[in-house]
Amino acid sequence: MNSAHIFHQWSAILFVVVIAIIGECLIAAGMRGLGDLDRFRTRPGLSGYLGPVRAVLSNPLFLIGALCMALNFFAMLYTLSIVELSLAAPAIASLTYIGNTVAAKLFLHENVDRRRWLAALFVCAGVVLLSK
Amino acid sequence: MLTASVGDTLLSRGMSQVGPVDLHHLGLLLHALTNINVIAGILLLIGFFASYTTALSWADLTFVMPATAFGYVVIALLSRFWLHEYLSPYRWAGIVLIVCAVGFVANGPSRTDHPDLDLMDSGVGR
Repeated sequence: MNSAHIFHQWSAILFVVVIAIIGECLIAAGMRGLGDLDRFRTRPGLSGYLGPVRAVLSNPLFLIGALCMALNFFAMLYTLSIVELSLAAPAIASLTYIGNTVAAKLFLHENVDRRRWLAALFVCAGVVLLSK
Repeated sequence: MLTASVGDTLLSRGMSQVGPVDLHHLGLLLHALTNINVIAGILLLIGFFASYTTALSWADLTFVMPATAFGYVVIALLSRFWLHEYLSPYRWAGIVLIVCAVGFVANGPSRTDHPDLDLMDSGVGR
């Protein structure tokens, strides 16, 4: 396996990770902007849920985020065709966790304290161990 | 947290029934859409995504992410006790780590308070 091939593999993995982080952050920002979804319920019962669904589906941040997640799905399919599953799955999952934590702190201004950093790192390590 | 992890588990169960799809036979994908397992898988995916986005409307991303990671543990335990697969010590260690991570965030606040945002939609912040 030459270095160009390894570079190709890791570029694909990083692309999947970056597009997932952008998608997750946009969706989180959109949902945070909407706030409590119960506010959009028009009436009691099952048909009352149409209000929240309409509110979410007409949120531009959510829509762009969902588009990113769709792109992420196809990029993941491509990545799995050139990278072994045992490398791609834990690498993508753990890098996405760390990247999301950093992005949530930087862009969503979430209060990422030591407890949440530890949680993200523990999940990463756990995912890597689970895939062994 | 529970709905998301249960949704995640159901999704993986549905998708595992579908089986692997070969990238070079994309026509198979159309055929797969008629498969009842695939339809169930897609419905479960929608269910999971809906519960996940709802959770994001009242909790931080850095809270929801580790919480939904609990789905990995449920999947691993299901495969051990339902499908009778062998779980190596590495996997048990992984399960313990993820359980610890969920414990960390579950003890903390679920949402960062943003004074300016809470003023905008008053009564929404928790």
